[in-house]
Amino acid sequence: MSELLAQIAIFIVAAFLGWELISRVPNLLHTPLMSATNAIHGVILVGGMIALSEAHNAVIVAVGFIAVFFGALNVVGGFWVTNRMLGMFRPPVKRVKKREG
Amino acid sequence: MQVATFLAYLAAAALFIVGIRRLRRPETARSGNTLAAAGMTIALVATLFVIEFRSLPLIALAAALGAIVGAISAQRVKMTAMPQMVAAYNGVGGGAAALIALSEFYHMQTSGSGNVVAALTVPLTILIGSVSFAGSAVAFAKLQELAFTGSVSFPLQQVVNALLFLGILVLGVNAFLGGAVLPFLSPVDSVVAILVASLVLGVLLVIPIGGADMPIVISLLNAFTGLAAAASGFVLDNYILIIGGTIVGASGTILTRLMSSALGRPLGKIIFAGIAASGTSKREEQEDRDVHDASPGEVGEFLADEAEKIVIVPGYGLAVAQAQGAMRELTEALESEGKEVLFGIHPVAGRMPGHMNVLLTEAGIPYDKLYDLEDINPELEDTDAAIIVGANDVVNPAANDPEQDSPISGMPILNVEAADRVIFIKRSLSPGFAGVDNPLFYDTEKTMMLFSDAKQGLQDVTSSLKNS
Repeated sequence: MSELLAQIAIFIVAAFLGWELISRVPNLLHTPLMSATNAIHGVILVGGMIALSEAHNAVIVAVGFIAVFFGALNVVGGFWVTNRMLGMFRPPVKRVKKREG
Repeated sequence: MQVATFLAYLAAAALFIVGIRRLRRPETARSGNTLAAAGMTIALVATLFVIEFRSLPLIALAAALGAIVGAISAQRVKMTAMPQMVAAYNGVGGGAAALIALSEFYHMQTSGSGNVVAALTVPLTILIGSVSFAGSAVAFAKLQELAFTGSVSFPLQQVVNALLFLGILVLGVNAFLGGAVLPFLSPVDSVVAILVASLVLGVLLVIPIGGADMPIVISLLNAFTGLAAAASGFVLDNYILIIGGTIVGASGTILTRLMSSALGRPLGKIIFAGIAASGTSKREEQEDRDVHDASPGEVGEFLADEAEKIVIVPGYGLAVAQAQGAMRELTEALESEGKEVLFGIHPVAGRMPGHMNVLLTEAGIPYDKLYDLEDINPELEDTDAAIIVGANDVVNPAANDPEQDSPISGMPILNVEAADRVIFIKRSLSPGFAGVDNPLFYDTEKTMMLFSDAKQGLQDVTSSLKNS
């Protein structure tokens, strides 16, 4: 029971935290932000690993296998594409120098 | 759970939070993403210590396959296709959550290790995860223009959705009570049925939503997958899933609210009402009103001689025409003449929140010239020329007209009317997504209409500017 209460407490604190964190991100960065948070929910991969490790029958192994595949796709794709996107947001000063050079 | 794993999860959560925090500024954003990825790595490695070792090869294989597909798709995707890519990653995340809950339920049923919390959260996880998976798949198909383009609706859609939801509820109760409600369905069969019904529900919820509302759907589905991950954390008693999932769920909810207020429409109206595209004001009987039909030469000359401060408002038409490069060339030509050029970006320009900023940055336009709605409107007061390329709804003063009830009524707009002159580069007089006529088109004193493809138009103006 106390375990559940702790989980609920964490859930509520995390919800307020998420709210606070995002409220101050400018429009400029909304797409990378969404794509980064998208990658963060790829943490579901942790659950996939646990599920697959507990699986004993063939169907459930297949289900777990797909879950891990999906989770890894979510994590790697999400962080990778965000990194690629943010790589384009270079400081303006450098950009000018580069063009002159 | 081992103490070490627990501490590692806390470290991972801290890195997620610091990472998102650093996404507030473009200078630090990339390192923020890297930090969050480092947090993820820690969480994954820590998990290796709490699972059964014998399953490691299988996990490694599945994860490697997923990583390869993820890396290749992320490397190859075009920035214009970013919304569907995010939808796809989002969908697989939701799908993973649903499958995990399903397999965990089976595990609990066979080993008799279930508890009340899990019996409640399993159906919930499956519901949210599957809706997110199927909804994202439909959003992907719409954005990629594979299927369901525009708003697809059928009679009694709301009733069907409500019945489906009710059915899912009954199945959930049945699973919870061990098959007491529907004796012919075992608990495991019931949750499988929940999964199937939720997939159908996900499809039905998203097919009626039109193209202009896609930014909202994408961010809503993102929130759903976050919640599904959090719910699966309750199923598995796993703290990092609860924390990571909840942060994303909450942040996705905020973004969704920001987007729907940027469209001036409450969220409920977008999801449950007939959508913008099917709005009331598609008036085809357009009387022949005069417009100032300008040539590229005229526009170029005007910009060269009379405009010192120029604000450019790009819309999704710019991206459709692949005209971002031509846009940068025009900007550079104007700046080399000593003119000030700023960009006014509406929050819903593009197909996902902030999409237009990414597209312009990719074309090499420095981000300090990209202004938000609130920041550009004061600038427009002393602007000599506002150039609108491939956009209409977001600058349509009709949105502020209390006399008119249109799909865009109440939507905050970029107030280009405040500029001395307004130049539209547009293929025709046809109104935008929302189908609302723009009174600015017919202000022949103020407005120049350059009827052209965005890319061609920009190139012609640039060359006439250079020649004059």
